[in-house]
Amino acid sequence: MNSAVPAAPDAFEVRAHQFEDVEQQHHASWLGMWVFLATEVMFFGGMFAAYAFYRVGFPNAFAAASNRLDVTLGAINTAVLISSSFTMALAVHGGETGRNKAAIRYLLLTMLLGAVFLGVKFYEYHEKFVEHLVPGPAFRFEGPHAHPAEIFFSLYFAMTGLHALHMIIGIGLLTWMALKARRKRFSPIYYTPIELTGLYWHFVDLIWIFLFPLLYLVGRHL
Amino acid sequence: MWQNLPLFPQQASTMAPRVDALFFFLIALSLFFGLLIAFLIVYFAVKYRRRPGYERGVSIDASIALEIFWTAVPFGITMVLFFWGASIFLDQTQPPVGAIDIAVVGRQWMWKLQHPEGQREIDELHVPVGRPVKLTMTSEDVIHSFFVPEFRMKMDVVPGRYTTAWFEATKEGEYPIRCSQYCGAQHSGMLGRVIAMTPADYQQWLGGGATGVSAAQAGQNLFQRLGCATCHKSEGGSQGPSLAGLFGKTVKLQDGKSAVADEGYIRESILDPQAKIVAGFQPVMPTFKGLVSEEGILQLIAYIKSLSQQERTAAK
Amino acid sequence: MNGAPQVHYLNVDYGIRSWLFTTDHKRIAWLYLLSVTLFFFFGGFFATLIRLELMTPQGDLVQAETYNKFFTMHGVTMVFFFLIPSIPAVLGNFLVPMMVGARDLAFPRLNLASWYIFILGGLFTLASAAAGGVDTGWTFYTPYSSIYSNSHVALTVVGVFVTGFSSILTGLNFVVTIHKMRAPGLTWFRLPLFIWAIYATSIIFILGTPVIAITLLLVGLERVFNLGFFDPARGGDPVLFQHLFWFYSHPAVYIMVLPAMGVESELVTAFARRRVFGYSFVAFSSLAIAVIGFLVWGHHMFVAGQSVHAGLIFSLLSFLVAIPSAIKVFNWTATLHRGSISYDAPMLYALGFIGLFTIGGLTGLFLASIGVDVHVHDTYFVIAHFHYIMVGGSVMAYLGGIHFWWPKMTGRTYPEPVARVAALIVFLGFNLTFFPQFVLGYLGMPRRYHAYPPEFQALNVMSSAGASILAVGYVLPLIYLIWSLRYGRVAGRNPWGARGLEWQTPSPPPTHNFDVTPRVVAEAYAYDKEPEETYEFGSPSRA
Repeated sequence: MNSAVPAAPDAFEVRAHQFEDVEQQHHASWLGMWVFLATEVMFFGGMFAAYAFYRVGFPNAFAAASNRLDVTLGAINTAVLISSSFTMALAVHGGETGRNKAAIRYLLLTMLLGAVFLGVKFYEYHEKFVEHLVPGPAFRFEGPHAHPAEIFFSLYFAMTGLHALHMIIGIGLLTWMALKARRKRFSPIYYTPIELTGLYWHFVDLIWIFLFPLLYLVGRHL
Repeated sequence: MWQNLPLFPQQASTMAPRVDALFFFLIALSLFFGLLIAFLIVYFAVKYRRRPGYERGVSIDASIALEIFWTAVPFGITMVLFFWGASIFLDQTQPPVGAIDIAVVGRQWMWKLQHPEGQREIDELHVPVGRPVKLTMTSEDVIHSFFVPEFRMKMDVVPGRYTTAWFEATKEGEYPIRCSQYCGAQHSGMLGRVIAMTPADYQQWLGGGATGVSAAQAGQNLFQRLGCATCHKSEGGSQGPSLAGLFGKTVKLQDGKSAVADEGYIRESILDPQAKIVAGFQPVMPTFKGLVSEEGILQLIAYIKSLSQQERTAAK
Repeated sequence: MNGAPQVHYLNVDYGIRSWLFTTDHKRIAWLYLLSVTLFFFFGGFFATLIRLELMTPQGDLVQAETYNKFFTMHGVTMVFFFLIPSIPAVLGNFLVPMMVGARDLAFPRLNLASWYIFILGGLFTLASAAAGGVDTGWTFYTPYSSIYSNSHVALTVVGVFVTGFSSILTGLNFVVTIHKMRAPGLTWFRLPLFIWAIYATSIIFILGTPVIAITLLLVGLERVFNLGFFDPARGGDPVLFQHLFWFYSHPAVYIMVLPAMGVESELVTAFARRRVFGYSFVAFSSLAIAVIGFLVWGHHMFVAGQSVHAGLIFSLLSFLVAIPSAIKVFNWTATLHRGSISYDAPMLYALGFIGLFTIGGLTGLFLASIGVDVHVHDTYFVIAHFHYIMVGGSVMAYLGGIHFWWPKMTGRTYPEPVARVAALIVFLGFNLTFFPQFVLGYLGMPRRYHAYPPEFQALNVMSSAGASILAVGYVLPLIYLIWSLRYGRVAGRNPWGARGLEWQTPSPPPTHNFDVTPRVVAEAYAYDKEPEETYEFGSPSRA
């Protein structure tokens, strides 16, 4: 309708047919992403609620079990993720200003950091497996808190596992954005997808910012 | 089949008439509002039916006064219902002092019960009329629910914790126990009956076929057999806290908090001894998980309770 | 306007691909209509088997294990695959863009994806039925579901989990569309009440569904990978599951009934031909229900061992949530006053809805009264109560809505006399089926009972007889609605003389709904005005 939109190289239509104009489309996508993140908060919220319930019930067991996690690796991963949020912000900025090459560079860097995070996480999982800390028949936990500790590790695997799944989906989205950037799609009038991907990535980082102290640092401040 | 069409369950406990009174009030209320709405709908539907020359309704804007009226009236009514229902519930959940203490263990698909005097029953519970009976219940497997319709009494029976319920039968007779929480294949076959008897008959029943070993005595035997007495001596200076006079008291814990020594606390201390450490003691007690059954734990609790009673009588 | 109109959304394209890859919200509504109808009759099949088994007290038709699978499959199918998607995904999809004057939902491809996700979840559940079924009850209570059951719990749980995302994405689509895509002049207080109801429903979809998704995922993880969340042997608390489950599943009741209330507001105004009484009270009561509905989950656990204080608080809040429902009933009744009422089939469903919903709501007061609930909890009283809300309420409104908008969806009218008869059959059959269950419940017949004492037989036989009448009432519309696709009269743009925006475009509508974006200049339900005084189709662009 508003023909102020310049045609992209391969006659790519910025405005989808159901919208009146690009501005409306941008607002709709933006709101849609926030609503989606609200559902994600509730999704993780269910597990945080279970965590809170059992931590109040078994404070000593949670502290003891938490001490079996590797704080150094957790801290490294926290740093990696915070850095990736920074590079993600730079990638979004590149998209918004139409500098597609810069966007690609920072997207790749973000993906790399994400992969490092997943690699470390995988190593931690392996360690837990070797140490018989995976809940189930093979679970071994010395000391008096074996049963609640199993609940702690169940929550640990469920929460970090779902977080890791979100990271993997995030890396998939980043790949898609990088392909878009390679086709020079992003411009000051069309950058919603990369912006929303950034929002998602920051959200996933934020979840980790909560997970790290709740899982790794319980025993430290008691 | 048709000659046998009950519409209302017997009232056989002190609670039944109270629950039924509120129930009848609710029915009257429902009839009033249900018939009011039905009458208005039919009346309007006939009076304002569409007919030639009357093809459109007359739009009237909302009347704030009317809206406030029909918000306030339901609010008032529901508050009456709330307080009425709550007052019944508070009595339903608080067993009177001096109730007969029955231990109940549910499992797929039977009820196991034990009287304080030691009699064990399966799917049957003999009680005297006119005396409150308190049930302390747990489950060995899934969630069950102890439901006696004639007593208007129901409580879920949950594995891993105790729930309590109580009733006082008012009429002699047999009343079915039904499991009302779905518990697997034979859920509808998990039946029992409460047999309410005159106090004299009950005494006689207690006397006949008795094992001679009360629940507390059985608990004491178990206490010895499991070696609990090695550490939990009644005199001071032993490795574990003395259990004499413990039940119902508030216990100071190592982490500065405190806990009431009720059935749940004792159960937890037996199965997960490190969860709450009494101030001044070392966390050295091993768990007895797998070594003692749910019924055994209930007997141990009966024993620990009896220690408090002994102390009280001694004090007198 | 007269003479076969041109190209519309049904004839713009032909072939299976044009349906399976469509992004048109109206065609997606049809995809949902077909799939939820299949699920409705699938769930109804199990209901039939349940009523057959309960004809006799002994439990002699099938084994207990089989019966337990019947009621589980009935509940899972009806709740997650029929009631929750029915009005939002069928009527909501078709109507929301048209009612707000948009060309489509905000995210049409996401909308199609939601349908595929729904079907995927449905296939998991059907697969579990084919593999031998599941026997936990639709509530999946732990530790029975996580440890003790020997049936296909994991497969079913995955099906419900997947389907949840369909609900979430549909709700997201509706919220964004209602916020951002309303036609010029269509302010919040000019919106039809159906939109308010769908908006409130979408909030529950967005905030509630993720919680049940994660809860069922935890049950699945406990079952498949031996993790421990609710296992009492490891110190877990099975009642925690109930809290998480009902945090969603109680609001889910409002997911099922709020859209029905929205349909009700549309039907009552259209057939009384007057403005709804107390528009803003009806609108805000929807939001109040959605919000308070999130705070009453604990009334499902009055006898589950939660603390006495929690029980009292949840009882109080449960009473409060009854008030907005009462406000709605009073306002609908007042809307009939001085209306010009016709008794077409949709109106019969609408009036039936008011009656049955009133009974359902009033018996809800019995259950909120905590002292009485102790006795009737988990008995047939509860079964009767929620069927009055969900079947007497939601299904009646759904059928009323399908009849009302059928001319818009298909361009044809259904045969009126037989439709009126069907509506009466449904009403009578429903009451005969479920009213005896109130009595059974107070007598003390627990739910999920395969065999029962002989003295309960008479009431059970009544209930089964009612169910067979009800079945006739449900099959009849299936037949004559399909018949009308070919033989029904051509409906025309606005056969009811209704005032909604969806009636101001041809039937069936063109793919983009409106040739020009409408401008709204008056309140909804302006039956005292001509449609031209409410909507302007003059200017070709907004602003």
